[in-house]
Amino acid sequence: MGTIIIPTVVSLSVLGLVLAIVLYLVAQKFKVEEDPRIDDVEAVMPGANCGGCGFAGCRAFAENCVKAGSLDGFFCPVGGNAVMQKVADTLGLQVEEKEPMVAVVRCHGTCDNRETTNIYDGCTSCKVKANLYSGDTGCKYGCLGCGDCVQACKFGAISMNPKTGLPEVDENKCTACGACVKACPKGVIELRNKGKKSMRVFVKCINKDKGAVARKACKVACIGCGKCKTVCPFDAITVENNVAYIDFTKCRLCRKCAEACPTKAIWDVNFPVRVPKAEPKPAAAPAPAAAPAPAPEVKPVETPKNE
Amino acid sequence: MRKLIVSPSPHIHSVENTQRIMRDVIIALCPSLLVSIYFFGFSAIKLALVGVAACVGVEYVIQKYILKTKVTINDYTAALTGLLLALNLPPSSPGWMILIGSIVAIGVAKMTFGGLGQNIFNPALVGRVFLLVSFPVLMTDWSVPESWFRDGVDAATGATPLALLKEGLANGLTVDQIMAANPDISYVHMLFTKIGGSVGEVSALALILGFVYLLVRRVIKPTIPLSILGTIFVVSGIFWLVNPEQFTDPIFNILTGGVLLGAIFMATDYVTSPMNTTGQIIFGVGIGLLTVLIRYFGAYPEGVSFAILIMNMAVPLLNKYCKPARFGKEVKNGK
Amino acid sequence: MKTFKIGGVHPNDSKISKDCAIEDFPVLERAYLSMAQHLGAPAEPIVQKGDKVKVGQLIAKPSGFVSANIHSSVSGTVAAVEPYADLAGNPVMHVIIDVEGDEWEESIDRTPDVVREIKLSKEEIIKKIQECGIVGLGGASFPTHIKLTPPPGKVAEYLLINGAECEPFLTSDYRLMLEQPEQVLIGAKIMMKALDVTKCRFGVEENKPEAIAKLKTFAAQYPEIEIVPLKKKYPQGGEKQLIEALTGRRVPSMGLPIDAGAVVQNCGTALAVYEAVQKNKPLFEGIVTVTGNCSEQQRNFRLRAGTPIINLLDAIGRIPADAAKIISGGPMMGKAVSNLLAATVKSSSAILMLTEEETKRKPESNCIRCGKCIDACPMGLEPYLLVRYARANMFDELETEKIYDCIECGCCLFSCPAYIPLLDHIRAAKAEVMKIMRSRPKK
Repeated sequence: MGTIIIPTVVSLSVLGLVLAIVLYLVAQKFKVEEDPRIDDVEAVMPGANCGGCGFAGCRAFAENCVKAGSLDGFFCPVGGNAVMQKVADTLGLQVEEKEPMVAVVRCHGTCDNRETTNIYDGCTSCKVKANLYSGDTGCKYGCLGCGDCVQACKFGAISMNPKTGLPEVDENKCTACGACVKACPKGVIELRNKGKKSMRVFVKCINKDKGAVARKACKVACIGCGKCKTVCPFDAITVENNVAYIDFTKCRLCRKCAEACPTKAIWDVNFPVRVPKAEPKPAAAPAPAAAPAPAPEVKPVETPKNE
Repeated sequence: MRKLIVSPSPHIHSVENTQRIMRDVIIALCPSLLVSIYFFGFSAIKLALVGVAACVGVEYVIQKYILKTKVTINDYTAALTGLLLALNLPPSSPGWMILIGSIVAIGVAKMTFGGLGQNIFNPALVGRVFLLVSFPVLMTDWSVPESWFRDGVDAATGATPLALLKEGLANGLTVDQIMAANPDISYVHMLFTKIGGSVGEVSALALILGFVYLLVRRVIKPTIPLSILGTIFVVSGIFWLVNPEQFTDPIFNILTGGVLLGAIFMATDYVTSPMNTTGQIIFGVGIGLLTVLIRYFGAYPEGVSFAILIMNMAVPLLNKYCKPARFGKEVKNGK
Repeated sequence: MKTFKIGGVHPNDSKISKDCAIEDFPVLERAYLSMAQHLGAPAEPIVQKGDKVKVGQLIAKPSGFVSANIHSSVSGTVAAVEPYADLAGNPVMHVIIDVEGDEWEESIDRTPDVVREIKLSKEEIIKKIQECGIVGLGGASFPTHIKLTPPPGKVAEYLLINGAECEPFLTSDYRLMLEQPEQVLIGAKIMMKALDVTKCRFGVEENKPEAIAKLKTFAAQYPEIEIVPLKKKYPQGGEKQLIEALTGRRVPSMGLPIDAGAVVQNCGTALAVYEAVQKNKPLFEGIVTVTGNCSEQQRNFRLRAGTPIINLLDAIGRIPADAAKIISGGPMMGKAVSNLLAATVKSSSAILMLTEEETKRKPESNCIRCGKCIDACPMGLEPYLLVRYARANMFDELETEKIYDCIECGCCLFSCPAYIPLLDHIRAAKAEVMKIMRSRPKK
């Protein structure tokens, strides 16, 4: 028996040794010198590889951070300030805090608000549809409803509401990586300041047509009347190309514009319920862009508009 | 105002669709089915019915209750798999066996990969090979069940020509001696009937009729069948010329053992065959070569099923490396 | 019989309007002349509201190298110069003219006499073609004078005239070849002179035997023009396919026809060139087929550019109740019209009405890897693979698979038994890949 076991053990050991040496030599030969800090930085990254930072993935971001030697212009939208602080600590650098952002769908052309004028029969892709023609409603600026943004979102934060035919952003999941903004051929989605307790005021329309044309195409279009601009005490609203835009860096959430808007194109979301003065009818108020309330103590009321 | 339909071009479509193609293949199998009903009577009908019903049923149950996706049994693909499986079994197979074969074919070989278009292996063949490995006795029992139309089949002996041959050669006989001992093995018999074998193999002529129909309807191109048959002819011809005592002649090889059924109906399955002509030729040559090698040197008397399954594995690679001829050569510097 | 070698499909040719002689379409109350009637930069209007214009008067000038002149198709007063929705509903600058009478520029020779002698020199011909705003009438509307001026270092050997008309339903080129064959041939002669070539081949598909016979009788006077019957196969009229069918040469990938020593012109363009050079008539009208299986009437009109589609359809009676899709152009490559108020352009070739049954796409099912798209692709591409990559946004792989070679003929989608919208995806991905390739620094 020993005559079999001993040669076996010896030959296998020798084989193992030879292979180990080969592996070691190969590993030495193909070794890539890398800054070990890249691994450290990558370790604190979220690892989603979403590309929201502008680099190919988390590792590419880490490499560039290490190479640049400063964190100016680097920001991981997924991890936010917490991760950036960790990156800064790892590299011994300084980082500025950024305000959290969220993706906002700036169109409320639901099936009820926007009548279809023709039947789209191509493949379900906003990109294809936008290249083909102006769309199947009278509005050539608004959401095309094929869900390219839903496809683009790696965090499952956007879903199509089958009732309205419009995408809805889940604020809790949205990391503001900007993939949906890039995917939308109409530029409907914008990254906006998340706001204190997620309270935001924005114009939910980007129709650049003249008032009458826009209004005809969609019941809740911005008609560029400029009333909001007049009432805004902070000079945050501009009206260009027949459409109003609220600069979120200037907006102080006073909600005067939302009250003034004649077509209810300005939305104020996640504000607490007002003292019952003129309660908005639930039927008239369709589901808001962001259904679940992020702040637990404040009851999430989405206020499409009260008079 | 009228709501017009708007879509990107083209605005018209050919009459072809998946359903129509699958229906055409089923129609092409009908001559063989009818011939086998004539010879095997109720058992052929039973096998076909159980096979089709089981495959369609399994697909329905999986899509509806397990995957909870759209049920697509009306595209005839499951029915076709069931029919092909039935035609690949011995006529005396019991009903429960084809039921198991169907569950394996649809459940394991097709749906686990993601359903239609996603499977690597031909589902009917996986079903058949599964049965062949699991129930070797039943799967090689070539006894002829009672027919309605005739009092048994006079000639079919209960063993396939290839099995007889393999056994005879193993016993040290020469091909000529085996043939002399079995006078019923003749080309005429192989073309028309009377050959022991699975349900669909009874008549080579009926299969060729189906082949012609598929070609006329442009369902398949002749590339794969012809390259398989050509390879078998050439390779077995070489063996035959070298040693006619040990090896049979090429025509015998083509007409027996399900080569025609395999080459025309199994190897041409769209999903599991290469998409480009070069790939299809390599695929066909590979099947032909493997078939002959398995027959002559393998444990099984015939090897079309295994050959096709083995070549199925090479299909993704063939699709990747065999590109169609592009129009025009590249201009340098992108001018 | 000659044809191209790779791919192609055989749609039912449905040339139901082929026996309808060309009629002049009456001039309407208002003409809407688009400034984007050609490939390239839109033209810049040079008239203003209130200006009086005559038929054939220059109303817009090119704004770039690839651009073309636009002439008024009617006489009257300019009512507005403003954006107006085109076929796809997108606003495009239009010159809108209220029609008064039908007063033509005096310089235009309106007599029916055939002028055979070519008096102008090579340079004068090209200048004349440019002045008259001639664009390719085969579909792409590429300005003709640029095509007739090969880039330096490249020499044209053949002039190829495209009379294939491989698109189903279309009969405008067919009627043209039947009714004005000699003018077309003289147009070809003029272009030969402009290009300095001695060989001209005129390809006509075999399903138009009358046109072939007629052209052959007239071609006896023009021995350097060879009438070549072609096998019926779509997309024979594609530039690259036609060059292969007529000369056996293949345009290299990413190359231009001139790389194969050929210049291809549509037979409609040949007539426009004839009229411009011999008759001094700018391009502002063309033959338009109005057809459809659901329509009671089929017509071939000589139609002024700027006619709203709705007027054209009204003229042949009511729009059939079952017409579900209206297409400008043929069913394989034409554009679906979403806005019936949009106006025709000088290169319009057909208005086609299809029923829902004929045109509505069926629900997409799984790819069964049948390879029919590969067999159909005239460029030897693998549409199924391109779509797989496109769905995953794999642009590098798309480039190695030569997606930029796609001519968007629609053969893949036409033949797909699973109704996968192959071309939709490929077209979008192709645009993306081309953008990436263009943004790369040139070496």
